[in-house]
Amino acid sequence: MIGDAQSVAGLAIYWAIIGLMMTGLYAVIARENLIKKIMGLSLFQSSAILFYIAMAKVTGGTAPILIEDKHAQATRAGHGAASAGADGTNHAAAEVLYSNPLPHVLMLTAIVVGVATLALALAMVVRIQDRYGTVEEDEIVQQDLRSSLRRAFKPAAE
Amino acid sequence: MPSSLQQHLPVLTVLVPMLAAPLCVLIPNRAFTRVLAILASAGSFAVALALLASVRESGVPIHYALGGWAPPLGIELRITLLSAFVIATITFISTVVLAFEARGLSASGLPESRLNLFYAAYLLALTGLVGMVATNDLFNVFVFLEISSLASYSMISLGKDRRALVAAYSYLLIGTVGATFYLLGVGLLYQVTGTLNMLDIAARLPEVAHLRSVAVGFVFLMVGLFIKLAVFPLHQWLPNAYTHAPAKAAAMLAGTATKVSYYVLLRVIFTVFGAAFVFGQLGLARVLLPLSLLAMFVGSAAAIYQTDLRRLLAYSSIAQVGYMTLGLSLQNADALTGGVVHLFNHGVTKSGLFLIVAAMATRAGGWSVDAMAGAAKSMPIAFGGFVLGGLSLIGVPGTAGFVSKWYLVRGALEAGKPWVAFLILLSSMLAVVYVWRVVEAGFFQEPQAREGFEASGRIPLNMLVPAGVLLLASLVFGIWTEPTLGTAASAVEYLLSFSNSGASM
Repeated sequence: MIGDAQSVAGLAIYWAIIGLMMTGLYAVIARENLIKKIMGLSLFQSSAILFYIAMAKVTGGTAPILIEDKHAQATRAGHGAASAGADGTNHAAAEVLYSNPLPHVLMLTAIVVGVATLALALAMVVRIQDRYGTVEEDEIVQQDLRSSLRRAFKPAAE
Repeated sequence: MPSSLQQHLPVLTVLVPMLAAPLCVLIPNRAFTRVLAILASAGSFAVALALLASVRESGVPIHYALGGWAPPLGIELRITLLSAFVIATITFISTVVLAFEARGLSASGLPESRLNLFYAAYLLALTGLVGMVATNDLFNVFVFLEISSLASYSMISLGKDRRALVAAYSYLLIGTVGATFYLLGVGLLYQVTGTLNMLDIAARLPEVAHLRSVAVGFVFLMVGLFIKLAVFPLHQWLPNAYTHAPAKAAAMLAGTATKVSYYVLLRVIFTVFGAAFVFGQLGLARVLLPLSLLAMFVGSAAAIYQTDLRRLLAYSSIAQVGYMTLGLSLQNADALTGGVVHLFNHGVTKSGLFLIVAAMATRAGGWSVDAMAGAAKSMPIAFGGFVLGGLSLIGVPGTAGFVSKWYLVRGALEAGKPWVAFLILLSSMLAVVYVWRVVEAGFFQEPQAREGFEASGRIPLNMLVPAGVLLLASLVFGIWTEPTLGTAASAVEYLLSFSNSGASM
């Protein structure tokens, strides 16, 4: 695996995924603006989706469409890009090689989940803007602090 | 019961609330949706009881292939004694909580005419939770996890206070990060095993256990589940979410959501990875034991300083999660039985407490400990209920909380860690302090007239009875322990034997 140009390229995608993931996570943690946090969250989720798609890739594999009936069982589901590729070359002569479709299907679900999360988060931000008049986290914290202080000292003042 | 229906019981537990939820959206009649929601939840509970009885009788798990697709291709449900027990617990709690009629302070921020949407979200949350327990497919757990999470975020955001929105938003952020971590963990495992079925993964893991992907995948799964379970340093979302959520949502989530995560944690550790790998090779206990102990002390200590009753209960929940994970990290049957039975005991107790606090706050006009001044006189039955729940939180003999703590202490001694047993007792003393603060206010302080608020009448029965049922359950199952403790003990026995045979395969 090491020293093989193809495998280095195969690992490069993982570095990209990690980079994307950390960018997203950083935005979720460090940004004050609630919308920017959601953008970070979406990046973070996308990195997971990319991760699945990357692992489904089989070098030289075609789209997982049934070409002839007897080739239905061409590749076994599973295996990472590198090992599936190695697996594939062994059988390539006898069977049609295609990418593993299962992770794609899983990611369709994950994308739906991601969209639902995004929609819900944005709806919440709209409501927060309605009730607080801002979408900046520090201002919201300040407002909450102020109103709870007011509540705490009201009985004493009376 | 016709055998064809009997055969489909596993999927019915999930399906009943799932189908009722869209009906709640389509038929915007408040009374109708309320009854429908209660019926759906009760139906799910009835099915869960039937499953529990049949698994207890046969002693073997029930396998169910969704849509008739056999496991390697399709998704499989697998009901073990433990999962039937957990499903029965959460559907029982959710049914009783649904019967609670929230009004006044404890109501949600939704206008009356749109309350059907709350019930839809509630049923979806229940669907997700039951599904997480029933499924035998790691990816399917993620899907159900997100169903329940999304529904809970929206329920929490419906609280009256505007802070509910911020609480729900932060829960959404951290919850989604947790779920994505879980998803990455599943991906790493899929990459090395080529399957998503938990049993198939378990069978193939020994060949690849030396790979780093397996260890990293395990850590990703754990971090994701720890966030959902609110294990100590990852608990930040919980206090705000439970404090500002509508009373019913808080009571339901407090009794079920973290419990289900605990169950999934057990399943991943014992069924998928095997105890030998997790505790022997990876040494999870070295991390989990200190975190559990910290949770017990930090949670209880923070609860002491809270002025808001809901927040007090929320911090106490963090401590109680600590007891459950402690049972896991002590690695013997007694301690694990304590952890599992605590899942039930704490679930009913905490849900009951959230309901009774909502009822008392509605009557007293405030959520603070001070608002409870003189409550023992003005609402003796409700306050008696609170004291009962509080005693169970502390773990006084005769209550459900005692049973689980007794087994935890036994487990700690058996594990050769008497200092852990001592710390369990010490942290219970902290629980005495935070429960006592409320008791003191109720019994020994004069009620103060609150401006602009007239304490009127008694607490209506449709608030008192559901809370009472849960709190009495925490008393009844503290004395009549066979159904809970007996089930938990044999479930744990099965889990451990399964885990050992899996590891040796």
